[in-house]
Amino acid sequence: MAKVTIDDITIDVPDGTSILAAARMIDEQHGTNIAPPTMCYYSKLKTTGGYCRTCIVTVEKGSEKDPRPMPKPVPSCRTNVMDGMVVRNTTSPELLEARAGVVEFLLINHPLDCPVCDQAGECHLQDLGYENGKEGTRYEFQRREFEPIDIGDKIKLHMNRCILCYRCVKTCEQITDGRVHGVINRGDHAEISTYIQNAIDNDFSGNVIDVCPVGALTDRTFRFKSRVWFTNPVDAHRDCNNEKCSGKTRLWMKGDDVLRVTARKDRWGEVEEFICNSCRFDHKKTSDWTIEGPSKISHHSVISQNHNELRKLQLGIHKQIKKLDGTKIDLGEGALNPNNIDK
Amino acid sequence: MQLTNRKKVVVKKEMSLAEKLYLPAITNGMVITMKHFFKKGATVRYPEVKREISETYRGQHVLKRDEQGAERCTACGLCAVACPAEAITMEAAERKKGEETLYREEKYAAVYEINMLRCIFCGLCEEACPKEAIFLTDRIVPTDLKRDEFVYGKDKLVEDINHRIDLSGRQTKEVLEFKKDKTKAHNQTWADKQKLLKENKHH
Repeated sequence: MAKVTIDDITIDVPDGTSILAAARMIDEQHGTNIAPPTMCYYSKLKTTGGYCRTCIVTVEKGSEKDPRPMPKPVPSCRTNVMDGMVVRNTTSPELLEARAGVVEFLLINHPLDCPVCDQAGECHLQDLGYENGKEGTRYEFQRREFEPIDIGDKIKLHMNRCILCYRCVKTCEQITDGRVHGVINRGDHAEISTYIQNAIDNDFSGNVIDVCPVGALTDRTFRFKSRVWFTNPVDAHRDCNNEKCSGKTRLWMKGDDVLRVTARKDRWGEVEEFICNSCRFDHKKTSDWTIEGPSKISHHSVISQNHNELRKLQLGIHKQIKKLDGTKIDLGEGALNPNNIDK
Repeated sequence: MQLTNRKKVVVKKEMSLAEKLYLPAITNGMVITMKHFFKKGATVRYPEVKREISETYRGQHVLKRDEQGAERCTACGLCAVACPAEAITMEAAERKKGEETLYREEKYAAVYEINMLRCIFCGLCEEACPKEAIFLTDRIVPTDLKRDEFVYGKDKLVEDINHRIDLSGRQTKEVLEFKKDKTKAHNQTWADKQKLLKENKHH
């Protein structure tokens, strides 16, 4: 076990835990918000992280045995904790300044076409820029431009928006068998590509859409159908024939229409379970699914503009109401459903 | 319980002869009425006469086109989510090859509707718009007899290409200055972008 202090909160974690994982543990235990943001690291995929430098932290004290501070900010996703380590993230102004610099670099070639992009509203780069970035840009050169490419008939690639996080490459490597796409060229010329726009037709290839932190890989079956904040996310499941797929998904509905199917995402924006292409692209009827209820969406997200939580209350899924003094009232199933009140 | 001292007790006293005739009261009333014939009226004869209104008056909306005539709206939905009256709805469509001079962005609004009965003319849509597409103008929404006539579609909202609406009075000096800077992507029309691409290829 190692004792690590992040932003003045101490936690005991197993040896070999990364600083990022320890920070997320603190957030889950204490309800704080100190975990650094991540763009390329993905806990569900191996060997991710270390590319984007978004999750940098300051190490004030290396360990109990060697208390010297680390000379530069370190990427928390790739740095393991040591016993007695003291780390600063949100409490270090220098670090936040450094992160603003990282955001500026990530946005150098980004077209900022959020009004057009289908990812807007659930985009990690948008959140990162809003929370950690600067207002203006200092970049005056021509941004690199690519034509959008169809990767198969279900996925659209906008290379303009890509930040080269390699998440999709790792997904194809680890979740699907036999990858047909990767990153070609180097440095400023690097781009995601399939060999001569080869279609990815593996059963799990659709997951690259979910892992993409920006709008570079988007769902063609949902293309320009609706902005995400005008749809209502509900959790649903079905018996999927594919043994590797759990069939547990999130449906993005408008009225009774299922506009899009995605995997369920946790509070870190990572999918809980990868889903197969059949669930994602081919089952877009409400009758295909057993609906469990509205998904929990953070009230910081623009998606909560559709008052999803209120609907949850009305449907009686929240059986308990917490009063201001902290006491709880049990209402019973469906108590606030207007249909039940009539009876 | 007495709450105020303003109550008045109604007295039913006997009326005098002059009061019983009612004539002085009627004349008094008529004098007041007649006076108004010679006063300046409170109303104007709209639509022949129009009142002077502010340059930034918030009247009927317009969906602007750019210098080239391409529709600026990209159906981003920010106006609709900003709208407190939920008066705006839209459906997006993808621009096809060859339509670049019709629509400015890759995505455009195929359907764009504002329910003028719901609209409260607060101007939040104008404020939310990232593309300088929707503006409120100094035009007054005309009356009609049917409710469905008030759901304005693109036919009524999009600016007529031959009768452009000048909105420079609604924008600050800083904005007008910024719009002159053609190196910013926000100010480039399709033709400008093509020209830039060609120049870059030469280098």
